[in-house]
Amino acid sequence: MNIIKAVNLVFDYIRRDEDDKVEEVSRALDHLNLEIEEGSFVAVLGHNGSGKSTLAKQINGILLPTEGTVWISEMDTADENLLWEVRKTAGMVFQNPDNQIIGNVVEEDVAFGPENIGVPTPEIWRRVDESLRATGMAMYRKRSPNRLSGGQKQRVAIAGVLAMKPRCIVLDEPTAMLDPNGRREVIRTIRELNRAENITILLITHYMEEAIDADRVIVVDGGKIVMDDVPRQIFSRVEELKRYSLDVPQATELAWELRQGGVDLPDGILRREELVEALLPLLKGRKGCQ
Amino acid sequence: MIRDITIGQYYPADSPIHRLDPRTKLFGTLVYIVSLFFADNLWCYGAATLFLAAAVRISRVPFRFIVRGLKAVVFLLLISVSFNLFLTDGRVLWQAGFLKITDAGLRLALFMGLRLAYLVIGSSIMTLTTTPNQLADGLEKSLGFLNRARVPVHEISMMMSIALRFIPILVEETDKIMKAQMARGADFESGNVIRRAKSMIPILVPLFVSAFRRATDLAMAMEARCYRGGEGRTKMKPLQYERRDGFAYAVLLAYLAAVIALRLIW
Repeated sequence: MNIIKAVNLVFDYIRRDEDDKVEEVSRALDHLNLEIEEGSFVAVLGHNGSGKSTLAKQINGILLPTEGTVWISEMDTADENLLWEVRKTAGMVFQNPDNQIIGNVVEEDVAFGPENIGVPTPEIWRRVDESLRATGMAMYRKRSPNRLSGGQKQRVAIAGVLAMKPRCIVLDEPTAMLDPNGRREVIRTIRELNRAENITILLITHYMEEAIDADRVIVVDGGKIVMDDVPRQIFSRVEELKRYSLDVPQATELAWELRQGGVDLPDGILRREELVEALLPLLKGRKGCQ
Repeated sequence: MIRDITIGQYYPADSPIHRLDPRTKLFGTLVYIVSLFFADNLWCYGAATLFLAAAVRISRVPFRFIVRGLKAVVFLLLISVSFNLFLTDGRVLWQAGFLKITDAGLRLALFMGLRLAYLVIGSSIMTLTTTPNQLADGLEKSLGFLNRARVPVHEISMMMSIALRFIPILVEETDKIMKAQMARGADFESGNVIRRAKSMIPILVPLFVSAFRRATDLAMAMEARCYRGGEGRTKMKPLQYERRDGFAYAVLLAYLAAVIALRLIW
């Protein structure tokens, strides 16, 4: 069964003037179809304004479709009676770490979600313990969130979502405001959750390096899915990506440039180590000639 | 300077006062404030000083954190002390022009200063040892009876605790905006009051815009985590009176009785 299924999804942002007349309609999602398998790690790429954040907000019913339907484990997000079930099933982590932490102490923030859905007190404690351990934040549980680094704050936000026992977590550019260390921390935590707890991850990002480890990469442009494949296939289509104003991982870019320059390198190099491995024999061969 | 406001700044420690029920601390602060207004002789203030010193000591909050809260009201303190000092009638001890210090003035100024300082320190101890969420919880539960009068107690307490959480963030932001404006040549220091007030506009406008943006984000994040008001909500830390709270109430009442007695006797 697919945990996320969107059929013919359309979403319009409507701007109204003072008399409530429609002033401007901009289509953020345009007849988009998407299915995501339970337990997978999917990265969604797209430049600013491509509709990727709008897509994220559709998944836990923060925004509802203008046309079409989104199902989260067979629950229609537009059904008001199911709204809280949907939000429990699909948790969401946002971009700005400061603006999504409600508690004044780490553990109280993690408890916020379970409190809202009426989990009994002893169970809340168990869930908070578990979530903080899973995100590696257990030692900070009594701290004030204001004294944490950006990466740590995002891990607290992830723990807060995790405490609601979701089956799917949507992360809307969770690393955009973090330094490289924080970014690594957050991505490692997400990957670990996907592997150890089998939680479906939908990672919206514009850092290509973060998409390398995904099971599947989806490229969104103009509110439509324009590419959908495993990372290696996606990143071997460098020219196409550039057309959607996206970068490729550094190593891929270098390999691509080298190939343009006539160096004989294989397709689909993603990591620095792979590039080194592919280059070494070539260099050795040259040394042999001299 | 704006960083110095201690209210809403929790100091994490594990002291008997930290562990008290927030309702006990709220009531205690209230009793203490009442006792300060009740006190009118040195003995009463002696009792208040002792009580406060003991509370500070037991709370294990470093003294500099407690005094930090005072810095914000220094100006107010100075004004009220000097008004009382120079403008009270009585037996004149010292005079220069229209300024005179009288025995009654000296007494009033001293008491006024102590009263204000103790008031701030006393409430700082409460906010330093209670997380804003506990505080909001305590208020929510103590004022629960207002629910029947259709006062949205839960919503108000949630608003309060969120406001408290965002104070340090907005203070930091104010600082950042001020520096950004100063880097572009804004001048906040010179000119008269009106000019200075006017020069705050380039700070306030971006601050408000950003506060509203944060509010939208936060509302969305809260909804995403299934927040739907107080109904059907459980608590991670439900409030429950323990034996130590009973003890604290006993100490409080004894203190209040002592202050009243001291006032009546002298």
